[in-house]
Amino acid sequence: MLNNAVLFIAVTCLALAVSIIFDRRKTIQGVRKGLRMFFGMAPPFINILILVSILLYLIPEDVILRYLGPGSGFTGFFMAALVGSITLIPGFISYPLAAALLKQGATIAVVAVFMTTLMMVGVVTLPLEIKYFGKKAAILRNLLNFFAALIIGVLMGWLM
Amino acid sequence: MKPQELKQYAWAAVFLTASIAAYLTGFRPGISVYSNFLDFFIEMLTFIPFLFILVGLFDVWFPKESIEKHVGRESGIKGIGLVILLAMLQAGPLYGAFPVAYILYKKGASTKNIFIYLGAFSSMKIPMLGIEIGYLGLKFTLLRTLISLPLFILIGYIMEKLIGKEFKVEDASAKP
Repeated sequence: MLNNAVLFIAVTCLALAVSIIFDRRKTIQGVRKGLRMFFGMAPPFINILILVSILLYLIPEDVILRYLGPGSGFTGFFMAALVGSITLIPGFISYPLAAALLKQGATIAVVAVFMTTLMMVGVVTLPLEIKYFGKKAAILRNLLNFFAALIIGVLMGWLM
Repeated sequence: MKPQELKQYAWAAVFLTASIAAYLTGFRPGISVYSNFLDFFIEMLTFIPFLFILVGLFDVWFPKESIEKHVGRESGIKGIGLVILLAMLQAGPLYGAFPVAYILYKKGASTKNIFIYLGAFSSMKIPMLGIEIGYLGLKFTLLRTLISLPLFILIGYIMEKLIGKEFKVEDASAKP
């Protein structure tokens, strides 16, 4: 956690310094824009953190371990891929959730496949996608991305 | 703050009140949930505000519009690079990328590049990469991105091969 803060503060300070050297007014404009975005997303984000905190208390650690941990094997991996494909969870919500699952004992492969299917495959939004790209292209894209997500999950589990 | 903005914090206020009550009465589950929340909240504060300042700066220095102008005209590796760069500067969920895909299609981008754009949009947006680094670490984020990128490009080529000739994008927002 501390490493994170150091990394982000260092990069931000560096970017600010470079930006100020080139254009003061643009820098102020950018910082304002960023802070506006931050305060816009803060309330829903805090609500999600509250929800995840409650869920983590209600779902005991051994349940997460059993279904998403090292012993869950292929079933756990595949279940995570399916749930990720079907549900629609915005990224900034799924990352704290993923970090919490990892801390509770879920494997890297399971978390990686869950995150990638969430991002790349959208069963719920398929009707909308068909309107834009047509049936064949939309279904093909989702299928190919599903397989890509499986590969990413396996490789992440193997390499991390 | 306007009343409407304050209203957004209603749940947080309820939660905080309940947590204080839990501490005063010594209600164990409440204390435990609150300490979970506090960990998450502090973790969030250690990097998310900085991330948004970076995103704001990025937005001012590298406006999407200036890249959008060149998409479609460039082909080859340069074309691929441009659509990936454009995708990285976006924000929001994947279905928000479909209207942009229509614009790319209108501008003459190839089927391959449109699907590479969608791939990069789904998992390489800069703000999301920042959040990913914060929560899952630099190693996880880098590895996942490096594994994903060639797969997206491959999917672009496969889509081009399979449906390239018949592929078109409709402006679904125009139809009711």
